[in-house]
Amino acid sequence: MNDIAKKVLDGDPRSIARLITLAESNDLVATSAMKNIHPHTGKAHVIGITGVMGSGKSTLICELTRLYRKQGKTVGIIAIDPTSPFSGGALLGDRVRMMDLAMDDGVFIRSMGTRGMLGGLTSAVYDVVEILDASGKDVVIVETVGVGQAEVDIVKIADTTLVIVVPGLGDSIQTLKAGVMEIADIYVVNKADRPEVNQTVAEVESLVDITCSEKERKIPILSTVAKQSKGVVELLKEIDNHKKYIKNTKEFEKQRRFRYEAELVEIIRKRLMNFIFDESKFKIKIENLLDQISKKEMDPYTAADEILGKILK
Amino acid sequence: MFKEKYIDEIKKKKKDWEKNIYAKYLKNHPERKKEFTNLSNTKIKPLYSPDDISHLDYLKDIGFPAEFPFLRGVHATMYRGRFWTFRMFSGFGSAEETNKRYKYLLDHGETGLSVAFDYPTLYGHDTDHPLSRGEFGKCGVAISSLKDMEILFKDIPIDKVTTSMTINGPAAVVWGFYIANAENRGISKDVIGGTIQNDILKEYIAQKSWIFPPEPSMRLIVDTFEYGFKHVPKWNTISISGYHIREAGSTAVQELAFTVGDGVEYVKWAMKRGLDIDKFTPRLSFFFNAHNDFFEEIAKYRAARRIWAKELKKLGAKKSRSMFMRFHTQTAGCSLTAQQPEINIARVTLQGLAAVLGGTQSLHTNSMDEALALPSEKAARIALRTQQIIAEESGVTDTVDPLGGSYYIEWLTDKMEEETYKYWDRVEKLGGVLPAIEKGFYQREIANAAYKYQKDIDEKKRIFVGVNEYKMDEPIEIPILEMDEKGEERQINRLKKLRKNRNNQKYERTLKALRKAAEGDENLMPYILDCVHAYATLGETCQVLRDVFGEYEEPAIY
Amino acid sequence: MERKIRVLISKPGLDGHDRGAKVVARALRDAGMEVIYTGLHQTAEMIVEAAIQEDVDVVGLSLLSGAHMTLFVDVTKLLKDKGMDDILVIGGGIIPERDVPKLKKAGINGVFGPGTPCEDIVEFIKKNVKR
Repeated sequence: MNDIAKKVLDGDPRSIARLITLAESNDLVATSAMKNIHPHTGKAHVIGITGVMGSGKSTLICELTRLYRKQGKTVGIIAIDPTSPFSGGALLGDRVRMMDLAMDDGVFIRSMGTRGMLGGLTSAVYDVVEILDASGKDVVIVETVGVGQAEVDIVKIADTTLVIVVPGLGDSIQTLKAGVMEIADIYVVNKADRPEVNQTVAEVESLVDITCSEKERKIPILSTVAKQSKGVVELLKEIDNHKKYIKNTKEFEKQRRFRYEAELVEIIRKRLMNFIFDESKFKIKIENLLDQISKKEMDPYTAADEILGKILK
Repeated sequence: MFKEKYIDEIKKKKKDWEKNIYAKYLKNHPERKKEFTNLSNTKIKPLYSPDDISHLDYLKDIGFPAEFPFLRGVHATMYRGRFWTFRMFSGFGSAEETNKRYKYLLDHGETGLSVAFDYPTLYGHDTDHPLSRGEFGKCGVAISSLKDMEILFKDIPIDKVTTSMTINGPAAVVWGFYIANAENRGISKDVIGGTIQNDILKEYIAQKSWIFPPEPSMRLIVDTFEYGFKHVPKWNTISISGYHIREAGSTAVQELAFTVGDGVEYVKWAMKRGLDIDKFTPRLSFFFNAHNDFFEEIAKYRAARRIWAKELKKLGAKKSRSMFMRFHTQTAGCSLTAQQPEINIARVTLQGLAAVLGGTQSLHTNSMDEALALPSEKAARIALRTQQIIAEESGVTDTVDPLGGSYYIEWLTDKMEEETYKYWDRVEKLGGVLPAIEKGFYQREIANAAYKYQKDIDEKKRIFVGVNEYKMDEPIEIPILEMDEKGEERQINRLKKLRKNRNNQKYERTLKALRKAAEGDENLMPYILDCVHAYATLGETCQVLRDVFGEYEEPAIY
Repeated sequence: MERKIRVLISKPGLDGHDRGAKVVARALRDAGMEVIYTGLHQTAEMIVEAAIQEDVDVVGLSLLSGAHMTLFVDVTKLLKDKGMDDILVIGGGIIPERDVPKLKKAGINGVFGPGTPCEDIVEFIKKNVKR
């Protein structure tokens, strides 16, 4: 077995962190290690948390983690922030909001940039979830970028998906229409001490009624004031309930297959893109093609035919 | 302000001038920049003339000194009667060392004291607290108990000279030390004068030396207002500050808008408790920055006075004394360079002059070495002399508000007032000052302004002499302040002795009473004073309040 | 997918002046790096724990209160004890010239005082990153 994989299975924080870095950079060492640790995954409960900026995701995660720790469970947290499309850099600002969890060796927090991927996640997230799972974490929480409309990818990776809304944040219900509303396993109305909370809960209820009518399980709507630790105990119970529910029904296997499919597709996509764009002989070709497309001497479809033609030969 | 027909004629003649003389000259002699904007990104025209201020009514909008709206000054004679207070902010190491520096400055002509505390003190920790590690005395004097306060002011006539203390989170307790020390020296509370900064809103926004969350902090502050006007009538129980907001990177307009906005918020809180507006507002004071853009700073101070007067009138103040804004100014620390430090003297002179032309009541001028360390004796003395030269030699103090009526100054004053109200609208829409702080509105505005400023310097859109232009490779050789290495040990031993020798029963009793009162809603000052007199330390007293009020955690915004 | 340079920006001790730290964080982001800002009031233990979990290439320390000789050195010492010498450590703030050689000896690889153009910090990191 790969040396770093062994250390990850032992739970060594530096190795966990290092493997995450290698996986993010598509290092070959990582691929080999990932192969080694895959058989050891599947135990962690993966919770996805999404919601617009300012909805209090980080605070909520902090509170949930505290409760999990009280139960003796270990927690891995993946906090994802947007990478700037212009500079390729990112300000990863979620860790600072979870300072209360510092110095607890039962908590591992990793900040990641989306690195160009849409959908609110980063392409390495599947690997990171597996790494944290294999290292022995009982719970893995994935906090996505709070942009709203395109946040659906979380559903591919999480066992339980939480959608957070906040009263008075104007758009927060609007942005939840179409797609995002369907992914929630649990709704959370955070900052429930705000005056408009009843209206917000009512709006969520009506949306739930519309989307849930054919489904078996009625999606619960919980109110919390994360900053004051209110409602979080109840939320934890609901998360556990959901975990039991999916384990007892076929949902659990379905969910896992869904994730592995997404993961497999992502690995293949990355490899293909690497192969096409990073292999130098192809790279030169592409620059020429781009020049021609810009001058309208060629169209993108023909260019694709050319590239794929070469590869599939 | 001018006859309408005459203004029309001026406007016409100005257009002619712009076309025939200005534009012509511009053809062969381009200006240094395509566009001139000041530090608040206000576009500045080549020339200002009567038509730019013809909408102003002299009697209503400008007026006379010591009369509403106080634009031209708060006192009738201003510096003809008395100069501003030369108040040099200082403090370092142990109380003994700082006591010596105070005596030095007083000997050299400073007329008011100003205390800088070290970080542990600012956060309400004693010198021997684990978080105080490495920080003792580094950026101010360490004061952990009444004993230290006694040493700090030994042989200093605090019945005759006023003291300003830059302390916020634990302000009520440190004020307690000062009052108790005076009382022990036989000086009555009626007589002592000074200021505690005590402005928690700007801590959340900029300086970040808070302890407790907003609601209990505001409660403590209103407690001090109340205690102050009842028992310590000569004391300014708050110095509503813009200095730190500016230092954190804000523009001048933001400094003005956020600071005066904070002031209005404090007044509203005090009124909510039922305090009479005319009783407590006379002892509210302000604290502004004196930054580089000479005329913008002057316009800022004037606009501040006018806005404050208008707002207090709206809130129901009836007495003149309630409506006028008194302020202290400090020249901008963030404008000082580590490179070629002597040139900072020139910067400070211009900035100090702007504060004076803006009508400040008290002034601190920075020392040239402050981008490198705390001021040495010589550097502090030169900074003090700078003020004395402005006061005695420049002639600007011979008349009140000499720049009043300047077309540029009155236009800019008006513009800054307009921009302030625009900011206030935005804060209103967010739900008010505290919600805006929670949502990170101020912090984001400041971080964006700071980033833009740095980019302007990196791209040479703004010239910073010695830093991005007129650079020299010379090593920076300047005598740096040395502190007594044994100071920390001495302080810790003093603390140990104090804790052993005090009447520990009295100490426990007073802390218990404070805890109970903090859980209720009585005014906490008398309880704090009892703890202080029982020689409870700063850390011990603040810990009780921490236990009851909790600690603030900031919404990290950048 | 290339390796991105990951930087931890931290304020040890009680100093609350974060203008510079935030400006540098943004500048590094604009230069294509991933920046994790830990916020205020960090102890050496908290900084090193974050450096481990985030597997950073650079640790940046900002201090204006004069306590750098104690607090910066606490961090470099702890990093050394944990065998993390492949991390570039840089510092900034109010640091007198005469302290710079001492800090370098204690493991601070670069000191960037007042007036440093952001570009200089970016270049230094790009040139000196150890991995």
